[in-house]
Amino acid sequence: MGQVVFDGVTKCFGDVVAVDHLDLTVADGELLVLLGPSGCGKTTALRTVAGLEEIDEGSLTIDDRVVNDVEAKDRDVAMVFQSYALYPHLTVAKNIEFPLRQRGADRAERTRQVHDVAETLGLTPYLGRKPGQLSGGQRQRVALARAIVRSPAAFLMDEPLSNLDAALRVQTRADIVSLQERLGTTTLYVTHDQVEAMTMGDRIAVMDGGLLQQVAPPQALYAEPANTFVARFLGSPGMNLIPGVAAEDAVTVAGGTVPLRDALLPLAPVGRSLIAGVRPEGLRLDAAGSLEASVVIVEQLGAEAHIIATLDDGTRVVVRQEASRPSPGLAETVRIAADPAAVHLFVGDGSGRGERLG
Amino acid sequence: MTRRRVREALLGYALILPALAIFGLFVFYPFARNFKLALYQAPPFPNLPSRYVGLHQVGQVLTSSNFVQSLVTTLLFVVLVVPAGLLIGLFLAVAAQRQLRGLAIYRIIFSSTVVTSVAVSALVFYSLMNPVVGLLPWLGINPHPSALQNSTWALPSVALMAVWQFVGLSFIIMSAGLQSVPEEVLEAARVDGASNWTVFWRITVPLLSPTLFFGVVVATIYAFQTFGQIDILIGYQNAAYEHVNVLIYNVYTTLVYGGNPGRAAVMSIVLFLITLVLTLLQLRFLERRVQYGR
Repeated sequence: MGQVVFDGVTKCFGDVVAVDHLDLTVADGELLVLLGPSGCGKTTALRTVAGLEEIDEGSLTIDDRVVNDVEAKDRDVAMVFQSYALYPHLTVAKNIEFPLRQRGADRAERTRQVHDVAETLGLTPYLGRKPGQLSGGQRQRVALARAIVRSPAAFLMDEPLSNLDAALRVQTRADIVSLQERLGTTTLYVTHDQVEAMTMGDRIAVMDGGLLQQVAPPQALYAEPANTFVARFLGSPGMNLIPGVAAEDAVTVAGGTVPLRDALLPLAPVGRSLIAGVRPEGLRLDAAGSLEASVVIVEQLGAEAHIIATLDDGTRVVVRQEASRPSPGLAETVRIAADPAAVHLFVGDGSGRGERLG
Repeated sequence: MTRRRVREALLGYALILPALAIFGLFVFYPFARNFKLALYQAPPFPNLPSRYVGLHQVGQVLTSSNFVQSLVTTLLFVVLVVPAGLLIGLFLAVAAQRQLRGLAIYRIIFSSTVVTSVAVSALVFYSLMNPVVGLLPWLGINPHPSALQNSTWALPSVALMAVWQFVGLSFIIMSAGLQSVPEEVLEAARVDGASNWTVFWRITVPLLSPTLFFGVVVATIYAFQTFGQIDILIGYQNAAYEHVNVLIYNVYTTLVYGGNPGRAAVMSIVLFLITLVLTLLQLRFLERRVQYGR
C-alpha cells in the first residue's frame, strides 16, 4: 500500500514536453484516473511511475520513498499494459507466477498464490494454456492476475480495457472497480474514455498537452469544470461554449442572450468578453427562449435526442432532450432557452482556452 | 478452361521460361547428372571409358578413411564456426539495439562483412596471419610452422576467418529477430521485478528461439559450404591441406586433382543430404512456432 506523489515531474522527448511540471498526489488506496486525449502525456506520466521512463525534473515518491533513481524492477509497482504484454512462451500459470519468482518466493508459496488469484479471476481452467490460446477477455484477466498476485504498492493500468469489445468492457470495468475496492491498492488508471473515467475513478485528473488541467471527483469535474478544455472534454457531447459580451443580467451572444443567475453577476461587469458554458441538458427548445439558432442535425439515440444547431456566427450548440419530445426539422429556425442555474462563465485567454470564473 | 484462362496460363509459362531454362541448364541438369556420376567408377587410366558399378562405389566412398576423416574435419569446422558466429552476432545485435546517437554507423560496420568478397577478405586474413608481418605474431601468437601451414592451427585459422565473414549475416538475422520481440513484454518483465539478465535469458532468448534456430541452420549450411577461404588461405599444395580438407573441399580436390568424378559425386550427394535435412528441420520447427501470437 502506498501513496504516489508527483512533485513537479517533467519528462521531455527531445523538444517535446510530454509531461510538464506535474503535481499530483494519488492517495493511499485511491483509484485515480488519468484522463485526456491521445498525446496528452497521461501514459508517459504512468510510465514514469513504473520506472520505464526516467524523469527530467521533479521528484516521484511511492510509499514515502523517492524513486527517481530506483530501477523499474525495484519499485514494487505492478502494471497492466494496453496490449497485456503477456509472456507468449509461458503458460498462464507461469505468467502469473513470473513476478513471484523474481521475488524469490518458494515453490509451494508460489503455487498457492497463483491458484488463489486464478480462482478469484476465474482463470483456473486455463492455467495450463499459452496466451495465444486465450480470448481477449481471458488475456486481460491474466494480465490483471499477474498484477494482483504480487500485492504491490500500486497498480498502474494503461488503457487495459481498450482492446475488449463493448459489452465485455462494461463488465470488466465493474470487475476492476470491485477488485480494487476489495484489495484497497492504490491505483493509477490511464484512459482516454471519459465514461470509463467517470464510472471508475475516485478522482479524475484531466491532462492536455502535458499539463494537468484539473483534479476532482467525477461529479465535481462534470459540474464545475476548471476551464473550457475540461468542460468540452467531459460529457458526451461536451459543454456548449458560446462566446459573448456581458450585459445587464445576461451574456449577449450571436443570435440572442444567455441569462445569468445573480451569483454570477458580480463576475460579469457590463462589456466584459466572456464565454458562456451550458451543458446540452441545460438547454431546451422553447418558443420563449432567448437564443435563436438554425437546426443542422438531429441525432436520435433512442432514449434521448441531440439537436445540433448553429447561431448566427456559426457557433454550434447542442440541445439534449428526451426522444419522446417532438424534434424540429432540418434547417428550421428554433428558439432555445438556457437554464440560468446551469450556466458557467469562462474568461478567454485569446487562444481559444478559457478559465472558469466563480 | 475458358480461353482467357488459357491465355493467362500460356503467358505465365512464357514468363518463367527464361529463368527455367537457366536453372535447368546450370542447376537441375547438373544435379540429376550428379546422381548418375555417382554410379560410375573412374577408369584406372585417363581416356578409358568409366565403368558402371552401381551403389558399390557409394559404399566404398562412405567407408573410406579419406571420407570419414573429411567428415570429421567438417564437423569440427562446424563446431568452431557456428556457435561463435551466432553468439558474436547476437552480442553485437543486442549492443546495437539501444537507441543511441551515432549507433547507425556501428550497425553498418557490423553488417559490412556480408558484402565483403571472400577473395578480398581471404587476402586480408592471409596478410594478418603472415608469420613475419602479420597481426598474429604481433599478438605474440607465432606457431612453428606458421599458422596457415600448421596442422593444429590451419583449421582454427580458417574458422576464424569464416566466423568473421559470417558475423555480418548473423548480426542482421539477430537484429531482425530482436525487433520482433515486443518491447512491452520486456517492459512488463522489468516492472515484474526481473533484472536485465533475467529479462534476456527468460524472455528475450525464448522469444528469439525461432530466430536462433534459423541462425543455427543458416550458419551450419554456411559452414558446410565454406570453400573460398580454404582454397585461398590454405590450398591443395599446403602441408596442412589434409587437416582442412572438409567435405566440400574434398569434392573439389577429388575431382580436380584426383580426377575422380564418381567419388566426388558421392560426396557431394552426402553434402546435399545433410543440407536438405537441416532445411527440413528448420521448416518443421518454424511451422510449430507460428502459432505463438500475443
